[in-house]
Amino acid sequence: MKALSQKRRHPFAFVALLLLGLLVTGGLYAAATTVNQAQASNTPEGYSAEQVEEGERLFTANCATCHGPNAEGTDAGPSLIGAGAASVEFQVGTGRMPMQMQGPQAPQKPPQFNEEQTTQMAAYVASLGAGPAVPDDEWLDVDQGDPARGGELFRINCAMCHNAAGAGGALTEGKYAPSVLGVEPVHVYTAMSTGPQNMPVFSDANIPPEDKRDIIAFLQTYDQQGSPGGFSLGALGPVSEGLLIWTLGLALLIGSMVWLTSRSS
Amino acid sequence: MAEHGNGESGAVVTAGEGESNGYAIDNPGLPPHRPRLADVDEKAAKRSERQVATLFLLSIIGTVIFFVGYFAVARMDQFDDYFEGMTALRVQNTLLGVGSALAMLGIGLGVVHWARTLMPDHEIVEDRKPLRKEADRAEAEQIVTDVIDETQIKRRPLLRNTLIAAALLAPLPAVVLFRDLDTSEDFGVERLRHSLWAEGVRLVRDPTGTPIRAADITIGSAMHVIPENLREISGHGERLSEKAKSVVLLMRMNPDDFNEQIPGREDWTHEGIIACSKVCTHVGCPVALYERHTHHLLCPCHQSTFDAAENFKVVFGPAGRPLPQLPITVDNEGFLIARSDFTEPIGPTYWERGQTDPEGDFPA
Amino acid sequence: MSASQEKYAEAQYLEAEQYQAKTRSGKIANYVDQRVGGTGMVREFGKKIFPDHWTFMFGEVALYSFIIVVVSGAFLTFWFDPSMSTTRYSGSYAPLQGLEMSMAYATALELSFDVRGGLFMRQLHHWGALLFVLAMAVHMLRVFFTGAFRKPRELNWVVGASLLLLGMGAGFTGYSLPDEVLSGNGLRIIDGMIKALPVVGTYISFFLFGGEFPGNEVIPRLYSLHIFIIPAMILILIAVHLFMVVVHKHTQYPGPGRTERNVVGYPIGPVYAAKAGGFFFIVLGILCLISGTFQINALWNYGPYDPSPVQAGAQPDWYIGPFEGVLRLMPGYLGPIPLEFNIPTPWGGNSVAFPVLAPMIPVAVLFLGLFIWPWLEAWITGDKKEHHLLDRPRNAPTRTAVGAAVMTNYFIMWGMGSNDLIATHFQLSLNDITYWSRVLFFVGPVIAYILTKRICLALQRKDREVALHGHEAGVIEVSPDGGFHERHKLPSEYELWTLVSYEAPEPSEPRTNAKGKVSRTEKFRTWLNKIWFEDRVEPVSREEYLEALEHSGDHEDGAPKSLEAASSGGELGSGRH
Repeated sequence: MKALSQKRRHPFAFVALLLLGLLVTGGLYAAATTVNQAQASNTPEGYSAEQVEEGERLFTANCATCHGPNAEGTDAGPSLIGAGAASVEFQVGTGRMPMQMQGPQAPQKPPQFNEEQTTQMAAYVASLGAGPAVPDDEWLDVDQGDPARGGELFRINCAMCHNAAGAGGALTEGKYAPSVLGVEPVHVYTAMSTGPQNMPVFSDANIPPEDKRDIIAFLQTYDQQGSPGGFSLGALGPVSEGLLIWTLGLALLIGSMVWLTSRSS
Repeated sequence: MAEHGNGESGAVVTAGEGESNGYAIDNPGLPPHRPRLADVDEKAAKRSERQVATLFLLSIIGTVIFFVGYFAVARMDQFDDYFEGMTALRVQNTLLGVGSALAMLGIGLGVVHWARTLMPDHEIVEDRKPLRKEADRAEAEQIVTDVIDETQIKRRPLLRNTLIAAALLAPLPAVVLFRDLDTSEDFGVERLRHSLWAEGVRLVRDPTGTPIRAADITIGSAMHVIPENLREISGHGERLSEKAKSVVLLMRMNPDDFNEQIPGREDWTHEGIIACSKVCTHVGCPVALYERHTHHLLCPCHQSTFDAAENFKVVFGPAGRPLPQLPITVDNEGFLIARSDFTEPIGPTYWERGQTDPEGDFPA
Repeated sequence: MSASQEKYAEAQYLEAEQYQAKTRSGKIANYVDQRVGGTGMVREFGKKIFPDHWTFMFGEVALYSFIIVVVSGAFLTFWFDPSMSTTRYSGSYAPLQGLEMSMAYATALELSFDVRGGLFMRQLHHWGALLFVLAMAVHMLRVFFTGAFRKPRELNWVVGASLLLLGMGAGFTGYSLPDEVLSGNGLRIIDGMIKALPVVGTYISFFLFGGEFPGNEVIPRLYSLHIFIIPAMILILIAVHLFMVVVHKHTQYPGPGRTERNVVGYPIGPVYAAKAGGFFFIVLGILCLISGTFQINALWNYGPYDPSPVQAGAQPDWYIGPFEGVLRLMPGYLGPIPLEFNIPTPWGGNSVAFPVLAPMIPVAVLFLGLFIWPWLEAWITGDKKEHHLLDRPRNAPTRTAVGAAVMTNYFIMWGMGSNDLIATHFQLSLNDITYWSRVLFFVGPVIAYILTKRICLALQRKDREVALHGHEAGVIEVSPDGGFHERHKLPSEYELWTLVSYEAPEPSEPRTNAKGKVSRTEKFRTWLNKIWFEDRVEPVSREEYLEALEHSGDHEDGAPKSLEAASSGGELGSGRH
């Protein structure tokens, strides 16, 4: 054990690992491109053929390891056929994909691709089969939404996992529902329409686009209004409040008690 | 041994007194009084005085801050812009809090500082007295015995026994008075067995009330559902009570994902669409968290976990029973309807739950 | 009335007439006294002695926060309408405008957004309530670990425990009043627990809710409990509690000059009164500061109560947390066997919700134990004496260990009450936390008991060491012949007294009853007594001390005596009572 960990700390270990990684991805890339060249792609609505082509190139280089050379899925990742452009917009746009490592759940992180590349990959995935599309700007315009109605829909459909204040919450076996505060409207929308990871799908037939817009309007209002009573303590409810009174409250009290009963010098 | 302080106050504890016998040393008595800076140095006393006065001034400033917060910041309804109003409310709340905190802490810290530095700090010894003397106790006992004898209650058991009987019964009217805490017409446990679901009742979305077309539900969806006839109930409380028994969670999964089905439930689902009571069988929280890949339903209150793919059996947590499943099908317009009411009482277990249903709706 | 008594009374009247007060305040006092009496009070209390120690202040914090909660609560009642009749919200909070809700929720929102200072007072009321129960709990821990509940204060301990229960009841009924989703689900859990009670549960639930849950009735009923019945009971018990404190006089920590027969401290006038009065303003100031800067119970987030929604992080206030936690801890199935079962009867069967009933057992044991502890401990130890000097916790190792074990148990239940937040914030699996807590629920208290007892005994040995050989000064000296030893600084006689003046009785022999036999109960008691006292560290005896004193003069004498050697001589001191 000790020898291994020492080797791991060797200055050349990092270089060796990098070389190995490059070799593997390079090889896979070479193998994948040859297969994919034969495939003809039909251009989905709203995207150009170049976008699809460029997206396919990006996909093969970055995603095919897990999702398979033709996005048909492997043991490591699901099939993307029929996943739709909205899935790519959400998963890649929030940095969840490409995944850093396998775990109970892919966490949000800084996006690895710019908007243009994300759109290209979205175009490619949309070309594979019909799926939820990226919403029109009309449905993301929060000024047209009704926050009160959105709040009601949010409490019925979302709050049980994401918390009434959108602060997030726990699921089983280490999975969790992330915080939905400060999330881009397009990502809130696409999360609902695609149901990423273990989240259920809220298709347009279940929650129509108008209702999704209301929910987004509620979240934006909630985000913007702040907490009128002071620091919100993470909006986690009674647990963080109890923690505060047992730490800060008790500390202030004990401090004053000790001072009060001590003798003056 | 050591006399306390400089003799102005305090008693002397002498060695060997009371229980100090047998310890390694005798009780040395109070340590000598150590004068404070303010006791010996008039400058230090003056300084303390100034500090206390400063704290009192701080309190006055705090009160002023409170008034500024109250009167200078407008009420929320006087703002045209909602977000400005919210910001104002937060500013006001902070000013009121900090202002009154200063006002109170200024007085409190000032008075305590005054007491600590300027008021006498000689510890004083006071003797404890026994709570009651032995003689008093004996006298009291005698009085009580005499009083009891004078009542003759011991000689006349008839009086004693009837008095006990009367005294035992007398509080009962006070208990009975509370009977009308529940004046419902359908008083009794029967009402817990039935919900609004019945054959042909449409499943509609909560809260919008729109019916659900089976074909519209994508695989991986979860929907929060109420019975269509819920809106016919007029009273708010009555509607909530009925809703509390009728809320349903609807999911669609790949039909291949279903594990073994309980015999007799084969036609309770429709093309992978399955519905269950949303009320936890543990203590009744809404089991509303659905994980679409594991098909697990999680209750956020006590974390009972149910497997939707296997007749909602309990896979984790404190629930002792599976969630009741709602039998569903589609009507000729393609909308989802219930096949019947739940076939067992929903929600938490109650004592009479296992009793035979007089109307015979449920198998015993 | 005898003649002499009459004459005496006559003289008193005359005296009162003739008394001419010298000062202005004296005149006012004289005026009042001639009408309602009260100089006796001033004479009794004006120079009454209270011992001063910071741990004695928690009871005061509880009293003060109760006053603050009552006053702020009275303010809230002027706006709050505890009605479940419905209205359409039209107040300032935009995300709820136009929704149908109960008057209770609507007026709670009005208080928060449309009454200036209303949000502040609501927060002050809620933070004050959290502090009220906290202060009672910490006060009770202080009383327990220092043995202040012993004779003659057993009854006051029971009054205190009742106050803790009532405080929790007041808190829970208040938590439920705004009628939003969070507290509504809390009530629903209570409903589920009540329904689980055998025989009577279902009907208690019907009577509480005026029919089926949630109905139209429960909020006004909780309101009358919250603002009238429970506070009145608290007030009465506080009066009884304080009266008994005056009767008993306060306890004090052991120390130089302090004995079982005196009280050493400061007189009420002026020092103690100034400090206690000032402390009220400090407590109020701290609560105002917290209420102005930290948001509590943002009830506008939760929405009007509706049986369908629920939210992640559905928790009660901290003092109900352990009871929520123990519900989460209990498994519903043991492997494939459901713990819920039916008792077969001619009418079909009665259901027993064991997974809901079982968690009530540890809670019931906890509170029952709390109430009977003073008598239980006195029965085990056989100690029937009055105690006005407190124990240092280390000098009662078994009691301290029992307290630590119970606290560990409580902490595990408490942690389970927030296991979902622990899971998300420490990136753990919810299920794993629960599995581990199930083990720790049983193992944790045992570990805590053993560890605490060992720590107490070690601290006692350290006290012995200091008493006999002094503090290690951290200075190494070289003697002329080349030996090294550390210089020790002997404690002052005042410090020494604190270190040596405690008792460590040996386990007692079984006592025979009237028939000259040892009963089975007595055997059990003797067994517990043995566990209680068998691990003990003898206080330093006079002989040991004198011997050590002789040696301390000449360091050249060499090796310091080992502790074992010192304690073997301890038998000599065991003759004390």
